Amino acid sequence: MTVTELVSYDEALASYDPVMGLEVHVELGTRTKMFCGCSTELGADANSQVCPTCLGLPGALPVVNRTGVESAIRIGLALNCSIADWCRFARKNYFYPDMPKNFQTSQYDEPIAFDGYLDVQLEDGEVFRVEIERAHMEEDTGKSTHVGGATGRIHGASHSLLDYNRAGIPLIEIVTKPIQGAGERAPEVAKAYVAELRELIKALGVSDARMEMGQMRCDVNLSLRPKGVEKFGTRSETKNVNSLRSVERAARFEIQRHAAVLSSGGTIIQETRHFHEEDGSTTSGRVKEEAEDYRYFPEPDLVPVAPSREWVEELRGTLPELPRVRRMRLREEWGISEHEMQSVLNAGAVDPIVATVDAGAPADQARKWWMGELARRANEDGVELTALPITPEQVARICALVAEGSLNDKLARQTIEGVLAGEGTPDEVVGKRGLAVVSDEGALGAAVDEAIAGNPDVAEKIRGGKVQAAGALVGAVMKATRGQADAGRARQMILERLGVEG
Amino acid sequence: MAGELIKLTAAELAAGIARGELTAVEVTEAHLARIEAVDEKVNAFLHVDREGALAQAREVDAKRERGEKLGPLAGVPLALKDLFTTEGVPTTAGSKILQGWVPPYDATVTKRLKDADVVIIGKTNMDEFAMGSSTENSAYGPTGNPWDLTRIPGGSGGGSAASLAAYEAPLAIGTDTGGSIRQPAAVTGTVGVKPTYGGVSRYGMVAFSSSLDQGGPCARTVLDAALLHSVIAGHDEKDSTSIAQPVPDVVEAARNGEVKGLRVGVVKEFRGEGYQAGVMQRFDESVALLRELGAEVVELSCPSFTKALAAYYLIAPSECSSNLARFDAMRYGMRTGDDGTHSAEEVTALTREAGFGDEVKRRVMLGTYALSSGYYDAYYGSAQKVRTLITRDFEKAFEQVDVVVSPTTPTTAFPIGERADDPVAMYLADLCTIPSNLAGNSAMSIPCGLAPEDGLPVGLQIIAPAMADDRLYRVGAAVEAAYQARWGHPLLEEAPSL
Repeated sequence: MTVTELVSYDEALASYDPVMGLEVHVELGTRTKMFCGCSTELGADANSQVCPTCLGLPGALPVVNRTGVESAIRIGLALNCSIADWCRFARKNYFYPDMPKNFQTSQYDEPIAFDGYLDVQLEDGEVFRVEIERAHMEEDTGKSTHVGGATGRIHGASHSLLDYNRAGIPLIEIVTKPIQGAGERAPEVAKAYVAELRELIKALGVSDARMEMGQMRCDVNLSLRPKGVEKFGTRSETKNVNSLRSVERAARFEIQRHAAVLSSGGTIIQETRHFHEEDGSTTSGRVKEEAEDYRYFPEPDLVPVAPSREWVEELRGTLPELPRVRRMRLREEWGISEHEMQSVLNAGAVDPIVATVDAGAPADQARKWWMGELARRANEDGVELTALPITPEQVARICALVAEGSLNDKLARQTIEGVLAGEGTPDEVVGKRGLAVVSDEGALGAAVDEAIAGNPDVAEKIRGGKVQAAGALVGAVMKATRGQADAGRARQMILERLGVEG
Repeated sequence: MAGELIKLTAAELAAGIARGELTAVEVTEAHLARIEAVDEKVNAFLHVDREGALAQAREVDAKRERGEKLGPLAGVPLALKDLFTTEGVPTTAGSKILQGWVPPYDATVTKRLKDADVVIIGKTNMDEFAMGSSTENSAYGPTGNPWDLTRIPGGSGGGSAASLAAYEAPLAIGTDTGGSIRQPAAVTGTVGVKPTYGGVSRYGMVAFSSSLDQGGPCARTVLDAALLHSVIAGHDEKDSTSIAQPVPDVVEAARNGEVKGLRVGVVKEFRGEGYQAGVMQRFDESVALLRELGAEVVELSCPSFTKALAAYYLIAPSECSSNLARFDAMRYGMRTGDDGTHSAEEVTALTREAGFGDEVKRRVMLGTYALSSGYYDAYYGSAQKVRTLITRDFEKAFEQVDVVVSPTTPTTAFPIGERADDPVAMYLADLCTIPSNLAGNSAMSIPCGLAPEDGLPVGLQIIAPAMADDRLYRVGAAVEAAYQARWGHPLLEEAPSL
């Protein structure tokens, strides 16, 4: 396939109107698989979490995981969907070595949740409504590892290894209706939608939704139509776009690619495409010469799912505050800008800050530490903020020590460092490292006297009225006390001793 | 002694063992000896688990000696259709593609049998994946009908039925998707019951057509079938289609056969072209007998039954095309072409080509076609509508009658090879049995005599509504007792000795 010369993004949008469809798969965080009792824990030895059912052994039968259904209903409700009062699973038939039964137990024309929407906020604060077609339950496949080839893809591999631990892990597939009218903001809408959906899933507590772990995976379907035309163009399906940034880039790339093909008189083929992280491009996967025939039919091994209205209403009562609403509330409470709120969100700091505030810290202080020192450390260590070995309560305690004057910022940073190094609680670190601020008259007075004596010319300037020169002497005091002095008090004492008013 | 032992009923054997007059080991050994003596001719067994059976029998005897309470069938040997998984014992489903597979788990039926101390003596021959009406589709050679070894023993559960008729086992388990328990029972002069769909767990039963498959008891007497029924039936949380209701008291019903005051339906669609004269003669005599015994006979019409066969041959192949997709050479069973020159996809294709027999391929292809986009509504969709109509016909019938009776099969056992190349003629063997599978209700076949023209057994089918399986046994026991009184002995006594 020849490489198409892309047209510029602005040029593409000048002539065409993008239409997107997003399909997001979320692995549920249930303790056991969708149709059997095997553990869903990640990281176990290959093929150690399998049984006759998820291996598709002859005779084995599935039984529906009630928690999986419950999670699906809660997701549906949070997405403002209707919940089916009767629906069935269906078999999606196709052969693939990592699919134990060679059919996937899924849902076809009777999804558990349908016709909803999710409001997403763009960076400038504009709210865009993404309509939801359906959310349905299905099972994950096993995992193939292709060995011996250069790319890790099946092409060129000498053999493949199959791990069925993932086979049967519950998935919820959430499909949008065609997203129209986003224009040049289509890639941004795509990213914001996936981001908002991820927050929602996490807030519901049904999955950790970690895209880098494959717990949430996105397919981006995109087509262009000439401006003013009703009918949709032919779409491409970019599979497994697995980060927020990639979702945006993939949509952007496809807009440019489609525009290039269309404006040079070509036609878009309906095909799946692979996304490449390195350069943000997509390449052709498998061409769908004819639509794949999955021969769906109702799964005869499972009885229909018929959630009672009482149960659905009970689950509606368990829905948490929606992430967007919560963010708006917090932004107001914290008195920060949209932009600052976005940074907090991007850093994954919303929950730690809330917890720190709940533990008694002022919001600005909590935000300062989580977004400053701690975000830096998390970034350096390549871990999530919440994975740092420090609790919001400990951060709140440090804020309290600063507020009462026992620590200054520098000492507070050292205290955090000690806690992260496993030296104990903030109070233990302060005690062990001797980090308390030096503010008693005796020790501080001696350091002040020493600083004046050691810098007679500076002292003279101050006596002569150059009050701002006191900074140099404060610096000397801080140096002598290894940063533990109360700088404000030191300055006050210097000025007193030199007979000047501050 | 052994010669007498093998002719005892399961109820008699269990009673003897419980009283200490017999040991489970001697009962098991007697049947193993019989298998040794005749199975080379009959070919009812694919695998005889001599060691496992004797170990189980010794355990039963030890329990009795310790004074532990024994179940109603403790120590009685049983022949298990090779469609049920057995931990550590080969399970082939009659197919080459599963040759050598040793399941790591027991089917729920297997487990319940073991828990009840029933001695599983071996695995029986069957049409491959239960697809067939003659056991000729087994990858391991046909089974002979003990009444005439050149004739078919019915199918797919020909091995189970033949093992009973040949006195190789007093009890057997079969599965019935379109008649695979009842039709073999009919042509071998034994008793077979298809319980209500959902009455017996399908967990561990290799699936042919999930919405139709039903495991059930096979025996030489109605009471033995009832005892076995009560051991294997009942809710199983591993099978979500299994019914969470108490099992009807089939044993009580079998002990108290009675038809007085019962309304018995005779469906006019169950006769006509293709029905053998001698079969209809014995059936009509059975209806007359029911009347004599005090039943009220009601003529009925169930017009949609004429479309049952067509609907069945769309639904069952559709489900089987999906159920059999798992046989892909990746995890178990046979593997062909894995020599480094073929892709995984090719190995799957080569294995399925070599591992499946013609009838299985025929049905997989038929089902794949019927489910295809563009054909689904016309084929699978229409068949499901017919299924609904058949269910309604039964519902209407059961508003007027308590049970329906019919011949179990249109003909007696046909010669091996006669219909092997004519699938449609073969499919007609299940004309009377299929409607109950489509509707999910319960049905039984019991012997009602020999056809005058060929001297071969004829089966009487009794059909009851879902979860009214006890009615089958109440009627079956009454008819069985009346016939034996008339004949002076069980019908099987008339079979030639092997």
